[in-house]
Amino acid sequence: MEKKKQVLVACGAGIATSTVVNGAIEEMAKENNLKVNLVQIKISEVGGYVDTADLLVTTAMTKTEYPFPVINARAFLTGIGVEDTKKQILEELKK
Amino acid sequence: MSEMYFDDSIILLNLEADNKEEVLTKMGQNLQTLGLVKDSFTDAIIAREAEFATGLPTKGASVAIPHTDVEHVNRKTISVAVLKDPVDFCVMGDDEETTPVKIVFMLAMDKPHDQLSLLQKLMQIFQDEATLASIVEATSEAAVMKVLADKLEFDFKGGE
Repeated sequence: MEKKKQVLVACGAGIATSTVVNGAIEEMAKENNLKVNLVQIKISEVGGYVDTADLLVTTAMTKTEYPFPVINARAFLTGIGVEDTKKQILEELKK
Repeated sequence: MSEMYFDDSIILLNLEADNKEEVLTKMGQNLQTLGLVKDSFTDAIIAREAEFATGLPTKGASVAIPHTDVEHVNRKTISVAVLKDPVDFCVMGDDEETTPVKIVFMLAMDKPHDQLSLLQKLMQIFQDEATLASIVEATSEAAVMKVLADKLEFDFKGGE
């Protein structure tokens, strides 16, 4: 079986913006027939997933270096540049 | 899950403030007075905003969506303030950039990972210049409530 990508979706509180981003990625994955394992967390919890995650999509800034790519998800909230962001995420999911 | 609290007492028009802390304090204290949040809410929301900014530039008026952890909240609500003069908030996910915010949507959420459809609808407002303009130009709390009820598809009872 193909391994599902683990995608972390994080914001400061793990309440509001990550909920919206989570929903958007879920929809995107479905449209593209991609299976992903979405994990919605607070940005402070990312450290616990460094060994398992394939991608971090976040609305909170992070200066920490991670062994996986980090994509800024603000576009999902404002609509500005959302197509670019979706394309970036899809490229990572298809890798 | 508690019912969403929604009436004109959480809509603040022409809010005057010199900085974002003052905006957050005035909005937070209002919610506290209404008993919707705990005494710890205002400090928590100011601290959270300093650490994780929530300013969002849009195609229209800039907005901010300050929020904090669920334990500071008694009852779920979204308080809206239209600022008399825009106040700078740091941009979400950005270290240096600020944006002059005109409308503040203070989220008091009582459950994490909840309310997806409500939040999605809220984000749709941010992507809709005309709706943002109608909030900025509203002359009464009832008018703002009507826009929100319409766009967020709340069931809300109450007259004009």
